[in-house]
Amino acid sequence: MFGFLKKSPSPTADVVPSGWIGRLSAGLRKSRQRLAAGVGGIFARKLDDAWFESLEEALIEADVGVKTSAHLILQLRQQARGQRLEHAQDLKPLLKQALVELLQPLEKPLEVTTHSPHIILFVGVNGAGKTTTIGKLAQHLIQQGHSVLLAAGDTFRAAAVAQLVSWGERNQVPVITQEKGDSAAVLFDAIAAAKARGIQVVLADTAGRLPTQLHLMEEIRKVKRVVQKADASAPHDILLVLDANTGQNALAQVRAFDDALQLTGLVITKLDGTARGGVLAAIAGERPVPIRFVGVGEALEDLQRFGAQEFVDALVE
Amino acid sequence: MLEQLTDRLTGVIKSLRGQSRLSDSNIQEALREVRIALLEADVALPVVKTFIDEVRQEAIGQSVLTSLTPGQVLVGIVHQALTRLMGEKNEALDLATQPPAVILMAGLQGSGKTTTSGKLAKWLKEQQRKKVLLVSCDVYRPAAIEQLHVLAQTLEVDWFPSDLSQAPSAIARAALDHARRHYHDVLIVDTAGRLAIDEAMMHEIQQLHAALHPIETLFVVDAMQGQDAVNTARAFGEALPLTGVILTKLDGDARGGAALSVRHVTQKPVKFIGVGEKLTGLEAFHPERMASRILGMGDVLSLIEEAHRTVDRVEAEKLAQKIKKGQGFDLEDFKTQLQQMKKAGGIGAMMDKLPAQLTRGMAVNQAVDERSLNRIEGIINAMTPTERRHPDLLKASRKRRVATGAGVSVQEVNRLLGQFEQMQKMMKMLSKGGLGKMMRGMKGMIPGLH
Ligand SMILES: Nc1nc2c(ncn2[C@@H]2O[C@H](COP(=O)(O)OP(=O)(O)O)[C@@H](O)[C@H]2O)c(=O)[nH]1
Ligand SMILES: [Mg+2]
Repeated sequence: MFGFLKKSPSPTADVVPSGWIGRLSAGLRKSRQRLAAGVGGIFARKLDDAWFESLEEALIEADVGVKTSAHLILQLRQQARGQRLEHAQDLKPLLKQALVELLQPLEKPLEVTTHSPHIILFVGVNGAGKTTTIGKLAQHLIQQGHSVLLAAGDTFRAAAVAQLVSWGERNQVPVITQEKGDSAAVLFDAIAAAKARGIQVVLADTAGRLPTQLHLMEEIRKVKRVVQKADASAPHDILLVLDANTGQNALAQVRAFDDALQLTGLVITKLDGTARGGVLAAIAGERPVPIRFVGVGEALEDLQRFGAQEFVDALVE
Repeated sequence: MLEQLTDRLTGVIKSLRGQSRLSDSNIQEALREVRIALLEADVALPVVKTFIDEVRQEAIGQSVLTSLTPGQVLVGIVHQALTRLMGEKNEALDLATQPPAVILMAGLQGSGKTTTSGKLAKWLKEQQRKKVLLVSCDVYRPAAIEQLHVLAQTLEVDWFPSDLSQAPSAIARAALDHARRHYHDVLIVDTAGRLAIDEAMMHEIQQLHAALHPIETLFVVDAMQGQDAVNTARAFGEALPLTGVILTKLDGDARGGAALSVRHVTQKPVKFIGVGEKLTGLEAFHPERMASRILGMGDVLSLIEEAHRTVDRVEAEKLAQKIKKGQGFDLEDFKTQLQQMKKAGGIGAMMDKLPAQLTRGMAVNQAVDERSLNRIEGIINAMTPTERRHPDLLKASRKRRVATGAGVSVQEVNRLLGQFEQMQKMMKMLSKGGLGKMMRGMKGMIPGLH
């Protein structure tokens, strides 16, 4: 199952095989291989109740969740009956189609407005990949010709500032930090600095927080208000960073952060692992927040636009 | 999600009412609901299947005591089986070796290894009076070494320097040598996060293990992890002789089914849980509580603890004494109860913490809750002390006086007296049947509680 070699994630040993798309499919291919035994395997069978049960199990094992899986199965059963399908193989395109229909509306790439600076706030639980995503997105934006500035708004975690500064150095972009002071103050500073230097995009890091930590949820609302004060049209994007390993709690995270901040997008990280991120289907059904990027590794170029078709292919192949 | 789960388990109980023996057919439906509950809690599917099979075996043929419903018996069996699977009792850290005792931390990216290393160092230093050395072998993630350094400084724990140019196993060997020469009791080795399918990185941590001979190799798992927990746990368990698990971020609202998956696959005990990002946030693992959490049974323990904190203990004891002695529960006591309920955050707050099987069929109207409690208090206040002690004195004219005094209608006074009468009955139940009976008895008795 784990029979292929992956490059070491060492940043110094970065080899870019074939650009982002290559990387993404390399990352997702792993999911495909693994799923071949799961979802893929069952399509060779006869279409009966037991088969639908196996399909439901395969979806659940991909973190699609009980409710959304049941919903998908119901839809497929009706189609199978309506079209008098007898072979499971015939249902494969229909399953893919159902999933793509669910996820397609979320396929909206991030657009950098002409408003300068375009301010993007990154939020999420601890360890989701916020800081790493900022490092990778900076590179992505620079390649598109934008000027970028990073704001070290995680003033809580030990050495969080140093971590972001290191990504700043790799990208050769300025990082605004403060010796003391809270996130809001750092961001206020960063926005002023970006304006003064005519920089187009500000990527603002924040500390990790769980939706149950109400004081921290209140704090992030305050950060948003302060950013609005610095620039009435800002923040132009608020992205929730989600770890693809997360199970059904991902839904609760999207709900809580969206309620608190009105999210404009999601970033799904760690899709280069064995987790399948099927919870996105549940999210699409309940809180259709656009998925702006997927993370497929720890190196600078391991960030890719989300593509519904590609994601579904990886999930169902 | 919590509500869904509790609803489900409530359904489980309902569907089994009035049957005297558990059989394959009468628990079928109920077990399906338990299965869904476990899956929604992110317990991995293969683990759920094995578990349900075991519970079925155990449940079939069990007779149901008259005092319980079959559903309660089944939920009891499920809960016990889950607790047993979680490890029954808390297992301590094993440091019984010639010092330095080495602890190796392993896990996925972002699972919380570094923060947990810090927490563990603090716990060892303060609770166990150990001389601890911290070292980071994470030469990949930017500032990972610095992060551990900052934590060590905050904790005033020794830290062994390392840098990006070094090989992790060289760092490990040097740190071990340093710990030996400086008489450290414990060496905690933080490592880079790695994917289970990353062969080079899994090989690297095997080498670290070989170099360090750790007495504890702890697998750090995010409580929010989904179905893939079985795959990662299997891969880490195959690569390393794990000795225990630490479950992090349990202060969130994930039901934490990953705990069960990981425990099932690795057969290793969860030794600690991480709650909160402060360095004090490391706690002993309680299998029984984890089982309740996964099942969505409500944290009865925390309710009881909270009740102890909020409710005036002297008052509670007086009342308990009274009930025990068989003395009447009067309106004065009723008022005290209401006041304490308000202190504890209202009925809603209390109900939230109770398991579904106790609160089945009850819904709390929060808005009614607070307001009605105040009105009832007002009515009781308008009575004389003698009337409060002897509510049967309250006939038509007295009722009118009380109503006028409290600014309510006579009907409302009547309703209160009716509710109070039921409450009296309930208090008798409490002295016999405990909390569960009481909660069921409360239904329909207090305004806002239906
Ligand atoms: N394999 C993999 N690891 C990632 C990815 N994104 C982030 N990480 C790792 O996840 C861990 C936590 O990331 P970090 O950016 O510090 O999370 P933050 O706490 O949300 O800022 C680090 O070890 C990152 O290297 C990804 O797409 N793939
Ligand atoms: Mg960060």
